[in-house]
Amino acid sequence: MDQFIRDKIIEVKKGDQSAFEDVVNYFQHKIYQHCLRMLGNAHEAEDIAQEAFIRAYINIESFDEQRKFSTWLYRIATNLTIDRIRKRKPDFYLDSKIKGTEGLDMYSQLPDQGKLPGEEVESLELKRYIHHEISELPPKYRSVITLRYLEEFSLQEISEILDIPLGTVKTRIHRAREALRKRLRHV
Amino acid sequence: MNCDKEAVELMHNYLDGDLTKENETALRLHLEECEKCQQHFHELKRTLTLIRSTEHVSAPANFTANVMNNLPAEKKSVKYKRWFRAHPMLTAAAIFFVFMMSGIFSAWNQGSELVVSKQDNLVIKGDTVIVPEDVTVEGDLIVKNGNLVVRGTIDGNVTLVNGKLIEEPIQGEGLMASVGEVNGELEHIDQIFEWMWFHIKSFIKNIFDF
Ligand SMILES: [Zn+2]
Repeated sequence: MDQFIRDKIIEVKKGDQSAFEDVVNYFQHKIYQHCLRMLGNAHEAEDIAQEAFIRAYINIESFDEQRKFSTWLYRIATNLTIDRIRKRKPDFYLDSKIKGTEGLDMYSQLPDQGKLPGEEVESLELKRYIHHEISELPPKYRSVITLRYLEEFSLQEISEILDIPLGTVKTRIHRAREALRKRLRHV
Repeated sequence: MNCDKEAVELMHNYLDGDLTKENETALRLHLEECEKCQQHFHELKRTLTLIRSTEHVSAPANFTANVMNNLPAEKKSVKYKRWFRAHPMLTAAAIFFVFMMSGIFSAWNQGSELVVSKQDNLVIKGDTVIVPEDVTVEGDLIVKNGNLVVRGTIDGNVTLVNGKLIEEPIQGEGLMASVGEVNGELEHIDQIFEWMWFHIKSFIKNIFDF
């Protein structure tokens, strides 16, 4: 698959826009999921994930083919999510809770919850709770946790994506694991 | 071993796959005797299991299409190349058309000598073609790079390329008129564009006639 993406990138660099469609198709779910985990809001996640692909396309000339495209793409997406978090108005969280489309609130809106077997409801509730706890972490911890345990990147790759030294990645991931341990120990 | 400083640090190194054999043994020995650290280590590993258990989400249905629609326009040349690749039949037709056009073009540039489509009974003086009084041309007549004087009759269309119909004064009346008769349409072609158009028209007509 790496070779497939590499070939497509070469075609895009030559100016073939349609080759980029395969690239978007391949990465769309991963990038959208990453943005959703970083932002905790479906509407914003879609917006930012789209922006990430458009930026990647516009700046494709600056992508070094010797490197991994996924790392480069995640870097663009992560920077955009962090930018977005910074620009948020203070009342954003309140708004998103009222609209109730994300996180824990969604569960209470599911109309068929009574029909699900008890265990499934429990696990769905648990998953949403974990999701919510991750989204409550400061962005610099949230990014390393999602990249490491949800996107399965190595520490070295995370260092490239976030453009920070490997030692800093380790420190952040240690702190993030400790923070989540405290939040999730009673689950 | 200090629990919070050393043992917890070793736990994290272990989770990152960064622990030397030596330190792994040290950590294991400590865990065997320290219940607090055992609990801590258990919680950390359970936390990671929990994080990994969260569901995978998919991008919205039209995600790719939306991205593609919002990309800046690509270079035109690439667009054409791809279009040609996708439509080989139309491309062949287009190439044929271009060749045909360039054929017409070179025909146009073939010198400036007089060309007449029918020679029978016609009189040629210099660059002037004369249809004598007692002559009837049956069918269409094309004169290129020359003028035409009609004293007789032409039962067909006349096409003049790079030339004109010379009107002779009618004796005694002082009026400019052609003495002869053209029983069809008279067409002047002075521009290469019209020349091409004329060819294309007859080309298409031939196809349909065929
Ligand atoms: Zn201890």
